[in-house]
Formats: sequence, structure tokens, C-alpha cells
Amino acid sequence: MSFPLRGHALYPAKGGAEMDIAQELLNGSRLALTRAITAIENEYDEATDIMKKIYPHTGNAFVLGITGPPGAGKSTLTDKLAREYRKQGKTVGIVAIDPTSPFSGGAILGDRIRMNGLTLDEGVFIRSMGTRGSLGGLSHKTADAVKAMDAFGKDIIFVETVGVGQSEVDIVKAADTTMVVLIPGMGDDIQAIKAGILEIGDVFTINKADHEGADRLVTELNMMLDLDGVMKDWRPPIQKVVANQGIGIQEVIAIIDKHHSYIKGNGQLAERRIKRTKDEMLDILNSRIGSYITEKIVDTGIIDDFVRDIKARKTDPYTVAAGIMHDILK
Amino acid sequence: MEKRIRVLVAKPGLDGHDRGAKVVARALRDAGFEVIYTGLRQTPEQIAEAALQEDVNVVAMSILSGAHSHLFPKVVNLLREKGMKDTLVIGGGVIPEDDIPALKEAGIAEVFTPGALTTDIVEFIKKNVK
Repeated sequence: MSFPLRGHALYPAKGGAEMDIAQELLNGSRLALTRAITAIENEYDEATDIMKKIYPHTGNAFVLGITGPPGAGKSTLTDKLAREYRKQGKTVGIVAIDPTSPFSGGAILGDRIRMNGLTLDEGVFIRSMGTRGSLGGLSHKTADAVKAMDAFGKDIIFVETVGVGQSEVDIVKAADTTMVVLIPGMGDDIQAIKAGILEIGDVFTINKADHEGADRLVTELNMMLDLDGVMKDWRPPIQKVVANQGIGIQEVIAIIDKHHSYIKGNGQLAERRIKRTKDEMLDILNSRIGSYITEKIVDTGIIDDFVRDIKARKTDPYTVAAGIMHDILK
Repeated sequence: MEKRIRVLVAKPGLDGHDRGAKVVARALRDAGFEVIYTGLRQTPEQIAEAALQEDVNVVAMSILSGAHSHLFPKVVNLLREKGMKDTLVIGGGVIPEDDIPALKEAGIAEVFTPGALTTDIVEFIKKNVK
């Protein structure tokens, strides 16, 4: 859908600003970047147009995923790593996700507290997002927010997940390199062989390594990684850090850089991005088809007739679904 | 997905008392708002820049040190300079009645003093956010 009058003084864009958000974002306006992310997150009508315009300018940033349990120090570590990259002259974007309450829909987004020192650095842009019902550790719109920062020209974009448990692994779909942050004292070695987040780490960091149990955790993780039967040419390194004191940060940077060159060199980065593009394409298509069905079948009340017949056992949901699909695809 | 009201809760200046700010942050969360909490001892520059990056609808500041007449208007000015024209700015804390007219003159939409109900703050935000 197009809105030829949008931008006219009488028809301001929904974001509240009368400007070509995409163009100004590409020109380097921080206001346009922040408005673009809001449009994306709230699914305003103009969001699709913005994404279309900025899309050709994406794909240049290196996306680093940071995940781990609540309280592991993800935000503190992100802050320290971002400072190091700034020292190297790289510009940084940070998308930090915190949980939305399933009861009120509200959220306390508190990751910035650990990053206050970065707020006034013009080379850094931090955006907090609530999960808004998404269960995989990110929000539905995280990937598009990352693209906005990418098109804006950020060299490296951190995606910090909510504090995760064992199965919130969406970050691997969004990041080039995934770092899992763990802390000692969270369980015995059985925890380490369970499936889930321990399988997705390209890099492991053990934060709060000055606490008791850090060495044992390293040993247990090593044992888990050794159980991987197939000899892989990338064995995820484990680095101990004390993030709030800046200990081990340089080492983590070196490992991240090494992984980046590794996946770049052997084609894995390209592969991951092709897979990501495919997933995105399918997500968009699925959501379009979903809205189309809602519009045609639910909003019109047609579904209620089907439901009545199904309830009376005159037909069944499988037959009805097949019929609807047949009609739609005609 | 519907628009969600985003509020930056900030503590400008040097006092270290954030119980009130945390109570308000929690009440706003329970009202369904997304609350970005930035912690203690923020400069007006930090608050305005964080408000821009987070594209908040509201900046809610709490201050107990007496520096409100200096710091609150400064945040309003910085926000407007950055192009955040519609951002609603509200204040709270130990603020003498006599100071409130000048604060409102400077662009602080409302000031909530001790004894204010969190429900009043929620209602005020819902009514006044553009």
C-alpha cells in the first residue's frame, strides 16, 4: 500500500515526524534511526517502506549475539566489549532485550544501567526492546532493528538476549557469532550435557571467574565439548572473565575476531546469512498468509460457520483447513 | 501489534535515593508501559540522549536534592534540540510548591510531589501522551 500524501504537512507519518525516515537514516540522522526502529517495532504502516528502502544498505555489519542466564553479566560484558571496539575505531550498535510481562504487557528494560558510560559516545547507539510475547529470547522485530542499525552504518552490532534458560536459541538465527555467557554455581555437570543453549555457543565466556567453582565449570564444559563425536575444525573456546573489573576482555575480543575470520574464510558466514535470509523470507510470507487468512476467514465470520459444522461433527478441522488452503492458493 | 507507551525513568543529579523512582517504574510496568530505567546520577545530556535512542514518549525524572529548577528545564531544552518535540516530560520528588509554576513554564508537563498516587501518574501519562 502506498501513501502518496504522507509527508505532506496535513498527513504526518505516524511516527510523529514529517520526514523521509529511511532517507534521513541513511544520511546519518540519529532521530531518523530511532523513529525507524519504533515504526518497525510497532508495525506502523510505513515500516515496510522503510525496510524496503534501507535493505540494499544492509549486510555490512558484523552481528555478535550475547546470551546466557539472568544475572550472568551479559550487559556488563557488552559494555566492556563495546568500549574495546570503540578504541579500535569501530562504531557500535546495541540491541538489548528484556522480558515483557505476560500479565500487564509492560516491561522494565534495565540493560542500559550497565552501559551508561556509552550513552554520550556518538559512535554508539543503544536500543532496549521488550520481548512482547516472543519466547525465543529475542523479540519478533529484533532482526529488523538490527538491519536499521546496519543500514545506519554501524560496524558491529551486539544483540543481547533476555536472560535465557535452556531452550531460547533464536539468537543463532540473528547473529554471525554467538557468545554464551555462563557463571559458576548454577548446577552440576548434568546441566552441561542437556540440549539447548550450550549447543549454540561459538564462544563461551565464564564470567565472575573470581567466584568459587569457575575452574570446575571450565572442566565440565570442556568435557561436554569433547563429547561432540564429530571432529569439528572450530572447537568453541572457553574464556574466563571478570567483566566488571575488565579482566579477560582483550582475550574475548581476540577469540571473537578469530571466529569472525574463521567463518568468513571457510564460507560459513555466507552460509549462515543465506540461511537467515531464507528464514526471514519464509517468516514474512507466513505472516502475510496469516493476516490474509484472518482477514478473509476470521474477520468475515466465515470461520464461525465452519466451527459450527465441525462441532456438530458434520466435518472435521483437517478437511476444512485443506479446503480453505485450496481456495486461497487458487 | 499496538503501540506501547515507552517511558524513560531517570534520576538526574547527585542524590542517591531511588526508592521512589523504582516504585514509579514498577507501577508504570504494571500499567502496561515499557519502562527504561537508567539508574542513578545521570546528567541532563545522558538523559536526553538515552530518551532519543529509546524513542520514549515520556521522560519521568525524580530528584530529591533540590537541583530540580536547574536540571529539569535543561533536559527539556536538550530534548527539543534533538528533535524530540512531542516527548512528555514529568518530574517528581521533594519539590517545593513555589517552584512548580516556573517548572511548568519551562516545559515540565506535571510535577508529582510526596503523597502523589502512582495511579495518578499513570492516568496523567495515558491522557497526555501524543
